[in-house]
Amino acid sequence: MSFVTGTAPHWRAQETVASMMRQVIYAMVPAITVYAMFFGIGIVINCLIACIVAVITEAGALLIRRRPVELFLRDYSAVVTAILLAFCLPALTPWWVTATGSFFAIAVAKHLYGGLGFNVFNPAMAGYVALLVSFPEALSQWTAPNIGDLDYQAPTAFMTLQFVLTGALPDGMMIDAITRATPLNAVKTGVGMMRTVDEIRSNPLFGDFAGRGWEWINSFVALGGFWLLYKGVIRWHIPVSLIGAMVAVSSLTYILDSSIHPGPAFQLLSGGTLLCAFFIATDPVSGATTTTGRIIYGAGIGILAFIIRTWGAYPDGIAFSVLLMNMAAPLIDRYTRPRPYGRAPKARH
Amino acid sequence: MTSPGSYNPQPPRPPWGIRPPPRKTESTRLPILTAPIPDQVVIPIQQCLDMTANAIVHPGQRVLTGEPIAQAVAQAESWAGPTVHASISGEIIAIEERPVPGPSPIAETCVVIHGDGRDERYPGYQDLGDPLQLEPERICELVAEGGIVGLGGALFSTAAKLRADKRIHALILNGAECEPYITCDEMLELENAETVLRGTRIMLRALGAPVAIIAVESEMPEDRVALNDAIEAAGDDDIHVAVVTAKYPAGGERQLIQMIMGQEVPEGGYPSDIGYVCHNVATAAAVADLFDRGRPLISRIVTLAGGGIETTRNVDARIGTRMGDLIESTVGYRIETTQLVMGGPMMGFLLPDDNLPVTKATNCLIVAEPGELSPPRPEMPCIRCSECSEVCPAQLLPQELLTAAKRKDMAALDELGLNACIECGCCDYVCPSHIPMTARFIAAKSNFREHHLAMETATRAQTRFENRQARLEQEARARDRELRDQVDELAESKPRIIDDLMARVKSRQDDT
Repeated sequence: MSFVTGTAPHWRAQETVASMMRQVIYAMVPAITVYAMFFGIGIVINCLIACIVAVITEAGALLIRRRPVELFLRDYSAVVTAILLAFCLPALTPWWVTATGSFFAIAVAKHLYGGLGFNVFNPAMAGYVALLVSFPEALSQWTAPNIGDLDYQAPTAFMTLQFVLTGALPDGMMIDAITRATPLNAVKTGVGMMRTVDEIRSNPLFGDFAGRGWEWINSFVALGGFWLLYKGVIRWHIPVSLIGAMVAVSSLTYILDSSIHPGPAFQLLSGGTLLCAFFIATDPVSGATTTTGRIIYGAGIGILAFIIRTWGAYPDGIAFSVLLMNMAAPLIDRYTRPRPYGRAPKARH
Repeated sequence: MTSPGSYNPQPPRPPWGIRPPPRKTESTRLPILTAPIPDQVVIPIQQCLDMTANAIVHPGQRVLTGEPIAQAVAQAESWAGPTVHASISGEIIAIEERPVPGPSPIAETCVVIHGDGRDERYPGYQDLGDPLQLEPERICELVAEGGIVGLGGALFSTAAKLRADKRIHALILNGAECEPYITCDEMLELENAETVLRGTRIMLRALGAPVAIIAVESEMPEDRVALNDAIEAAGDDDIHVAVVTAKYPAGGERQLIQMIMGQEVPEGGYPSDIGYVCHNVATAAAVADLFDRGRPLISRIVTLAGGGIETTRNVDARIGTRMGDLIESTVGYRIETTQLVMGGPMMGFLLPDDNLPVTKATNCLIVAEPGELSPPRPEMPCIRCSECSEVCPAQLLPQELLTAAKRKDMAALDELGLNACIECGCCDYVCPSHIPMTARFIAAKSNFREHHLAMETATRAQTRFENRQARLEQEARARDRELRDQVDELAESKPRIIDDLMARVKSRQDDT
């Protein structure tokens, strides 16, 4: 008899990159559903456009780089990037904007750096920031949630589709008629106009904790995040330190002056804080990898995002803080390496 | 800091490690079976780590069971290495190169004995005397003569480890078999707890250590009871039992010391550096058998497991038995198998066929049925998920080691602690990208050793060169000085010569 040989160990994990990525996609489904309930079909259209462009770009890049196309397409990482990018875009985003962002994320932020595992920046955030600085107008056309009791006529599915595909609304309807400020934006401009947070929050856009609709969407984002934690796809360090840092700094400023600082609950449930904490900052490729490093990395994003939101030019600072901490990640890892077994602790000078 | 010798009888669950399916229940259901004596044995003479052995018999010679056939030589040491013995009585029909089991298929010198079926005992090891009255050095000599090596699979000379030149605070007996399938130590502790204890006492005397701690796993409650009962019955108050969490690789020597003694073996050092010596429980039992039954190491317990055989159980097999024969004569093949592992699924190696001899390192044979072992999967790029560093028992960052190994960056490998890697395979087990990390680290370690050897040679050559340069320079300087001295002397003497000449010329002129 002669047998098949190979190297030890002979048992390996059932888990694959693809299974991890699939879990991330499943975890996003509840939040996307709730998003569509509040803001209409736009998110789904954006996701589809982003996914199609991402997969085509990924396949093209793999062909050019002479890598096994099928193997890498099956890892679903391009789809995850596309969904996370689409989740950050307004429901009314022209298709070519979404497509450009998705292309940039996969072609530039991912494959120009060497593809899966080698990208320095989180591709979804790089794609989003590229759009934010290139097409600020297109990315500011947010609609209000369709709750019924607002003095607001939400765009229908047909209107949304038409706008996404042609960039125009039916019957010469003005885009300004259906767009509203996001809660984060309302607070930023309101505070800039010397109004107090309480005055700003009397606007019907606001709910109990943050923007109406948004507080629910973000709660379902967190739910998906808990599921990822439970399944072991992500570890607790980054979500806890990111949320903890955000809560700590926003509580502190809230205590110091609650008239110009909206407080921790608002910060958590607005914009991309929770999406980042569970889905973006936990991207292992572009983040810190040591245990201590992850805590520093998460806290850094939380603090930077708060600083940008409060004193910066952008209403949400998540994407920029992620990219900034991406740059810092290798350095953080370098200085937070665990001491190998048996090595004497380094003497401090 | 714990005081020397103080130990934790129930260490907390370690943060590292993995929990693969244990697959141990089946093989512990039946008692250990003594395998039939084979008609022929093939005994590799190299059965001790780091030592070279020479055959001391010749073809045609008749040998008895337990008669020495090869002797290992401990280089740079005055004492002898472990002896290799005939495991059956009969005629030596060949001494030749035969394939032996190992991580890579190699052939080594083997003594082939054709049995006479009588299993006549060699009397040379009867009446070795009461080991507890013998001098420690004498115990060590006899342990080497008895051919005893580490039966956990390392094959390190037991006598060498018992010859402690340092003060030993505690002897740790490793009975924590953490690899899936393997239960040979578990069954030994269960059936022969007294023998293990007896061996432990002899080892304690050889080491001059005050206490021994027998480590078992939390999943072996019956073993704990059996050992504790035996300790109580014997009234040993210097032998204790510690229970470690059943987690792989809790049975790693360094990990065991970390958990039970709360101390880490220094990087690049040995357990004896911090006052501990680790032996396998089966090794202790072999020591007891040598002194009490006059029986050198000619057999060992092997776990036969896997879906490819009819019955899963432990067998006591003579060293040198052909693996295929052992399986057929005891448990029987169930299917035409395609994979055979010697050792466990984590650290064992796949054998090219079953026509190989059982050695002192054969603790387990897994006859795998299709699908029992993980199929090869395409390797994906590392996504830096760090699952590997979460499970690493040496607190390393395997994903960083991997990139350093790829760059062949020796300084980085050293800094990242490559040599603390115990090759347990946990990183591979959890890697979602299915990167064969352990195999790469083993290769990197051998590169690292070569690199250091080359560096040392280079340093020595440089020192030699510099010394020679210095010597040459010194010689040149000395010659210079000598020359200058001569010149000076000449210069000093010159005026005198001229004066002399002038005086002579003058006197001549005066004469004329």
